[in-house]
Amino acid sequence: MGVGIQVENLNAWYGTTHTLQDINLHIPANHATALIGPSGCGKSTFVRCLNRMHETNPIARTTGVVRMGEVDIYKGASPVEIRRRVGMVFQRPNPFPTMSIYDNVVSGLKLNGFRNRRVLDETVERSLKQAALWDEVKDDLKKKSGASLSGGQQQRMCIARALAVDPEVLLMDEPASALDPVSTSKIEDLIFQLKSEYTIVIVTHNMQQAARVAENTGFFLNGKMIEFDSTHRIFTNPRDKRTEDYITGRFG
Amino acid sequence: MSTQPFNAPRSNPLNLQSKTMRFHIVRRSVTNYLVSGLAILATIIVLAPLAAILFYLVYKGASSLNLAFFTKIPAPVGQSGGGMANSIFGSGVILLLASLMGIPVGIAAGVYLAEFGRGRALANAVRFTADVLNGVPSIVMGIAIYSLVVMPQKHFSALAGGIALAIMMVPTVTRTTEEMLATVPHSVREAALGLGVPKWRTVLSVSLRTASPGIITGCMLAFARVAGETAPLLFTAFGNQFWSFKLNEPIAALPLQIFVYAISPYDEWHRLAWAGSLVLIGLIMISVTLVRIYANRGVLKGGS
Repeated sequence: MGVGIQVENLNAWYGTTHTLQDINLHIPANHATALIGPSGCGKSTFVRCLNRMHETNPIARTTGVVRMGEVDIYKGASPVEIRRRVGMVFQRPNPFPTMSIYDNVVSGLKLNGFRNRRVLDETVERSLKQAALWDEVKDDLKKKSGASLSGGQQQRMCIARALAVDPEVLLMDEPASALDPVSTSKIEDLIFQLKSEYTIVIVTHNMQQAARVAENTGFFLNGKMIEFDSTHRIFTNPRDKRTEDYITGRFG
Repeated sequence: MSTQPFNAPRSNPLNLQSKTMRFHIVRRSVTNYLVSGLAILATIIVLAPLAAILFYLVYKGASSLNLAFFTKIPAPVGQSGGGMANSIFGSGVILLLASLMGIPVGIAAGVYLAEFGRGRALANAVRFTADVLNGVPSIVMGIAIYSLVVMPQKHFSALAGGIALAIMMVPTVTRTTEEMLATVPHSVREAALGLGVPKWRTVLSVSLRTASPGIITGCMLAFARVAGETAPLLFTAFGNQFWSFKLNEPIAALPLQIFVYAISPYDEWHRLAWAGSLVLIGLIMISVTLVRIYANRGVLKGGS
């Protein structure tokens, strides 16, 4: 089951650039939350702070509190533990090029030393079915490299890979921006089904996409969160003038 | 819709019928053939010496190759026959020792440079040292190991020869490992880290594995380079006219034996030196090919 995330006074820097400024936000469990805003506004940095990927950059720094359920992820746990509980899907599909489809999907388990064949087989089938890819690849699981799939299939494989470690939260950083419309709609259907079991945070440039999949939407601008509300409210009757300008396409 | 009839003459600068345009098209295709021809010529010039060497070695050495060459040790002066079995074995031992010491150290240093040391003073020092070490003449390496290993031990040894060659392998292996790891996309590392895989495990099972074809090539280059080295072995492995199965005794090696035979005044020994050279090149090519075949087994369809 998913878990809610409470963000308090989160600040992030790259070197001397203050990328995120005083973000306060509650992301409810088992819902999809969309983050929108122009390029460079800090949306990606924000999701990367939720699984402590931000700090893999040597010049990056954060302050503030991020609570996942009861755990303060910056104080009460190691980054490795947090990343096992918070799955991430990146903008561009990033399969492991040397691994088969099968090994790609269970890489999170295998690379952490898990070797039970029966459980691995079950996990591959379960996660690929969840990611709506099973029927397309079930005959080539161990024969083909993960990199041999099409872009849309690769991205669904990356989602399966994230789901295979059974995370509580799934972060998606523009998961469909490199894909064609058919693959995009498959990914959106997927998000729709997955949100009953996982807490989903999705960064997107596509406002229709936010409207289709997410219950709540946050609008970021220049490193600040301008507005956070139900998706319906954000797209029909935003409180802030800047949100309205952005969603109506008057800037950005 | 345009009101002009579509076959009316136009003053389009890209009109393919115009005289200047046709001249440009012809000029470009001539340039294309010319440059392709030059590239092919350059390839031939590069390959020609290799082909010439191989051909000359076969011409000079093949007639002296027989079973005895691979099974017998050198005959004493004045007797005919004999072979280089002990030298082939000795070269194998020294190269195995060198690879066992040089490759792990070289790969480990390359991993440090690429994955952990980015921008650190120590990494820059290591990189600089590796580049300088790469330029150290091999005879100097022989003398250095002579004073560091042979002198304290008070005798020549296979081990000393292995150490000398290992040190010569390290810089090549280190720098290729670093460069190959740098070609692994950052997104692939992030994928592993994002799954909660610890950094050390990501480096071993993802970065190194993805870069492995290039790293193996680098190791093979280093191996092939030191396999023919004579100078570092002169004062370390020293050479031996008899079988030697101990690591702390002087041992024969193909390049040393070739050297001894080539500067001798006997025609028979000259022929054996040619045969030895042929065998040396042949063994290097075979071992490099075997490693490649072994490394390529299990590569999946459509992988990069």
